[in-house]
Amino acid sequence: MTTVSAERLSRIFVEVADTLVDDFDLHDFLHMLTVRTADLVGASAVGILLADQRGQLRFMAASDEQARILEIFQVQVSEGPCFDAYRTAQPVLNADLAQDVRWPEFTRHALGAGFRSVHAFPMRVRQEVIGALNVFGSTVGGNFDEADVLIVQALTDVAAIALLQERAVRRGEVLTEQLQGALNSRVIIEQAKGAISQAHDISIDAAFTALRGYSRRTNRKLTDVAQAVLANPGLIAALPRD
Amino acid sequence: MTMDLGAGDRVDRLRHLCRLAMRMLPASGAGLSVVARDSQVSLLAAADPVSQRLEELQFVLGEGPCVDASADRSPVLVADLAGEGLQRWPAYASAVLEAGMCAVFAFPLQIGAAQLGVLDLFRAGAGSLTGAELERALTLADRAVTVLLTDGPDGDEPLGATTELFQAQGMVMVQIGGTLPEAMARIRAYAYARDRRLADVARAIVARELRFERDG
Repeated sequence: MTTVSAERLSRIFVEVADTLVDDFDLHDFLHMLTVRTADLVGASAVGILLADQRGQLRFMAASDEQARILEIFQVQVSEGPCFDAYRTAQPVLNADLAQDVRWPEFTRHALGAGFRSVHAFPMRVRQEVIGALNVFGSTVGGNFDEADVLIVQALTDVAAIALLQERAVRRGEVLTEQLQGALNSRVIIEQAKGAISQAHDISIDAAFTALRGYSRRTNRKLTDVAQAVLANPGLIAALPRD
Repeated sequence: MTMDLGAGDRVDRLRHLCRLAMRMLPASGAGLSVVARDSQVSLLAAADPVSQRLEELQFVLGEGPCVDASADRSPVLVADLAGEGLQRWPAYASAVLEAGMCAVFAFPLQIGAAQLGVLDLFRAGAGSLTGAELERALTLADRAVTVLLTDGPDGDEPLGATTELFQAQGMVMVQIGGTLPEAMARIRAYAYARDRRLADVARAIVARELRFERDG
């Protein structure tokens, strides 16, 4: 990839810092981070998986629908670059999907979705790996150099910081509490997407757009809005269709 | 619907699960509270009389790990009741310490927005859960959720954690005009009765090939 300009990079870190000081919504934030990371390194798509502390990776965020499907697919077949990065705590770099034989099922799907390269970065908190971030590219083999690796690893570390909403993790227990909470709030969003999609007879993706739109207009967290919708399905009818 | 939480058989299975938790973790006490729709406790199951009392006490005092785990929708892990515990829950922590327990770990029994209850594990010795113990506790909490979601023999079906399953739960909730736990129980019962994988049933629901009707 071409070298990232310091200006673009600093703009992203300012945006990140701005978001993190507020009472931010984790899922909105992680989505923003995947979109910005993809944009910054000229990748086609970026996705994040989080471990459920029983060695299972679960979908957390993706920059677009294609990446979302591929992340979920990795979870289902239990193979792929994210799994390797998670297990080994080492990044997987510049994997050429046309040549690579490490993840046959995943590679077949990724090629089918139009991707040609993939990278994966471990998401770490101290000594513990809590998940991984995937970068999908449409150019053959990918061409991350040392500087790119440092930048994407830094953005992956930011995702880990966001997951730990308490400033200082005083004790190991907080990590578990917050990761489990994050996994569950992701589930709440999926449930709300289903409910809205059914009530309005729209696609799951259109339901997500409607939910996000509503959360922005009312200036409420995505998770809170999703929870409100599920607690009171009568609210769904009041959601404007976008 | 089948969310009759008072069913004797279910209480027995939950009590068994608490005893299993004591052996597996291991723990010195284990109790489980089921929260009804109006956020009142509708059922308690505990491994022994001491755990039962500690479980009940949280609702009498209105404070404790179970109350917090339910509100935060995440586990509450307090490895040192005499330190952090006393600060967080002065009345409850003193009572628990008096009963000889020095650590408490509470796990919400939930799937997304569906909150079914909380599993509390007590330990006589202070100290954190190891990674393996945490894994076992999370697995036991999942077991308790399946027991709460199912009446019959399909209680052995694993919970399933696919994105489509969660979306299907939301869809079926609207289809049947019921609650999220009711929707989850209907999907599980359907899959079990037809010997189909939960993930496949979920996929059919999301693809709109399968639709549930309102009860009666």
